[in-house]
Amino acid sequence: MIVKRLARWFDDRLGASGFARTALNKVFPDHWSFMLGEIAMYSFVILIITGVYLTFFFTPGTREVVYNGSYEPLQGVTMSEAYESVVRISFDVRAGLVMRQIHHWAALLFIAAIIAHLMRIFFTGAFRRPREINWMIGVSMFLLALGNGFTGYSLPDDQLSGTGLRIAYSVALSIPVVGTWITFLIWGGEFPGTEAITRFFVIHILIIPALLAILLTAHLVILVRQKHTQFAGPGRTDRNVVGAHLWPTFMAKTVGLFFLTFGVLAALGGLAQINPIWLWGPFEPAAVSSGSQPDWYLGWLEGSLRLLPHWEIRAFGFEIPNPFFSGVLLPSVTFGVIYAWPFLEARFTKDRAEHHVLDRPRDRPVRTAIGVAVLTFYVVLFAAGANDVLASRFDLSVNQVTWVLRGMVLVLPVVAALLAYRLCRELAALKPEPTMVTLERTASGGFVEAEVEVEAEASS
Amino acid sequence: MSDPARDALAAIERRAVRHVGIAFGVSALASIGLAVTYWTGGQVQVEGSLLAISLGALGVGFVLVARRLLPQGPYTEERDVLPSTDTEVEAFETDLERGEGWLTRRGFIVRMLGAAAAALGVAALFPIRSLGPNPGRTLFHTKWRRGSLVVDEQGNAVTVDTLDVGGVLTVFPEGHLEVEDSQTLLIRVSDDSVVTRSGREDWAPEGYVAYSKVCTHAGCPVGLYQQDVKELLCPCHQSTFDVVDGARPIFGPATRSLPQLPLTVDDDGQLRAQDDYDEPVGPGFWNRGR
Repeated sequence: MIVKRLARWFDDRLGASGFARTALNKVFPDHWSFMLGEIAMYSFVILIITGVYLTFFFTPGTREVVYNGSYEPLQGVTMSEAYESVVRISFDVRAGLVMRQIHHWAALLFIAAIIAHLMRIFFTGAFRRPREINWMIGVSMFLLALGNGFTGYSLPDDQLSGTGLRIAYSVALSIPVVGTWITFLIWGGEFPGTEAITRFFVIHILIIPALLAILLTAHLVILVRQKHTQFAGPGRTDRNVVGAHLWPTFMAKTVGLFFLTFGVLAALGGLAQINPIWLWGPFEPAAVSSGSQPDWYLGWLEGSLRLLPHWEIRAFGFEIPNPFFSGVLLPSVTFGVIYAWPFLEARFTKDRAEHHVLDRPRDRPVRTAIGVAVLTFYVVLFAAGANDVLASRFDLSVNQVTWVLRGMVLVLPVVAALLAYRLCRELAALKPEPTMVTLERTASGGFVEAEVEVEAEASS
Repeated sequence: MSDPARDALAAIERRAVRHVGIAFGVSALASIGLAVTYWTGGQVQVEGSLLAISLGALGVGFVLVARRLLPQGPYTEERDVLPSTDTEVEAFETDLERGEGWLTRRGFIVRMLGAAAAALGVAALFPIRSLGPNPGRTLFHTKWRRGSLVVDEQGNAVTVDTLDVGGVLTVFPEGHLEVEDSQTLLIRVSDDSVVTRSGREDWAPEGYVAYSKVCTHAGCPVGLYQQDVKELLCPCHQSTFDVVDGARPIFGPATRSLPQLPLTVDDDGQLRAQDDYDEPVGPGFWNRGR
């Protein structure tokens, strides 16, 4: 058989049969929440597939050209090469629009899956020893994914992304001491400059994807070395892992998941319009657009910029401008705490032992309450990122909505934490009805379960 | 003689095989449809739907194989003890010592190597400087100069008759259309000269007030003028500025007033700038006050 001969050919040269057999027999525990990381990984693969296609047609330049493609409302309009090429991809490159839209949807799903995966790891305590390294690698990939989302979003050079870049420039400018230098080195001069699109392109298609690929590889190698965590259950301990073999069962399942993920994204890319840049128009610095929101994963930053009152620090002619606190300090603290969490928790719980069996969130009420509080905080900020949309939807003044959200961002996390703590305690108190099992020894030395009626009193 | 249990199992398996076959078949048909769609000109909704069916059916097929036809286990795999044994660790440390001990005994080489590496590292940072110019005083001034003619976005000169009371116009200094930091919002708040702040007595002739359009919070164009309350609203983060009070911020995250451009009317009735803004426009930065 051809496969066997091929395997023999490789083994003669690499001697890999032993290793390969171990790989085939690797055991994967089965739980729906273990698929979140897989969805993130497959989104990354889909982003690369669709992204390579887009790269063939995109022009990362700010030179001005006059549009004469097939989208009539823009004919004769002066625009950058970048914007022109994205309009061309959308209307004149066959299969271009569906690829572009799948790419955008995949980016949204990529980050959503990363965050869901992160939450799963957090609430089940899967970051505990020995997995601190993989936790930090994962958080780094989260950061890189946000960076790649923003740089990619900026590339079409449309009105909406230009506004986003303008705000990013102002946030970078607010960094004490080095802010002006940082912005001038990134943008090649004062905003808007001529370099940002070209440089973001290199960052978006080369630097960050390469870093992500390296970190993803490390993430998986460490995962294989340490083996999976698993939820508690019969026969499952910290010393073993129970589930299906990689080959063939898990392989078929995960390949199926890849195709299903891609299928859902293809449906979204074909049927759900996203970022119709031809409606936003090319970026003009003086043009105004209200109701402009970033992609969802930056909504919390936009919200923090909107909610922070007019505070800033000035002394001796130097100043720390307002956007520094909401745009630089908040994300720095956020990610600093996330990076440090495994070590912070170990310090407070004094639990430095190895763990492979996962916690249920209810069994760690304090951790769960903290996690819920933090999530609530960012959800309120996310809502605040659309305070103008909320105001017009509910027919309120933006100022009222802003004041309400300022209150909610402080109060709701506390309320949510108390509720979560209480709920954990109540759920943990709901012990399942204990069942008594009587075992009988067989002649050959094994055990079988004997069917015995158990009296309710006997169990207590 | 037939075994009913085995027959039932075989029937279940036959059915599973049939379902998987159907799924893969549907996928193949959708893919053919996709190729035809592309060939005949392409259509985004059809492409997306067919691709979704093609990929989704493949996914369903694989999941059916995994769940219905392949061994389910559960299988148990023992974990390795992650930390190495003391013997292994000590052996490793001994081997490490082979190089490290040699190095620590020759501190001179290590110090010189450190100096060489540090110097190379620093030298390698210098090319970063090529990425952009020195910020210098760039952020402290705009393209407005003493006597700059005020023009609209098409480059037409603005005269005292251009706006009615309540009117708004985005203007630039002549010759610098669309320059980001020079965009200015011209508002006619009355028929007479207005004083928005003491010291600015002759800055707003004939009721024409001009403020930098770059928000002092995060640099968005402050373009929404609410005529009834004479307020300017930034659409990005809702900073609100009081036009008749020197564009003082009255709501939102902005901390500073929008800089005001001193205007004058020349002999032909055209608006001109008396001078550049007297402070940096736009968002704050570290040494803005120096």
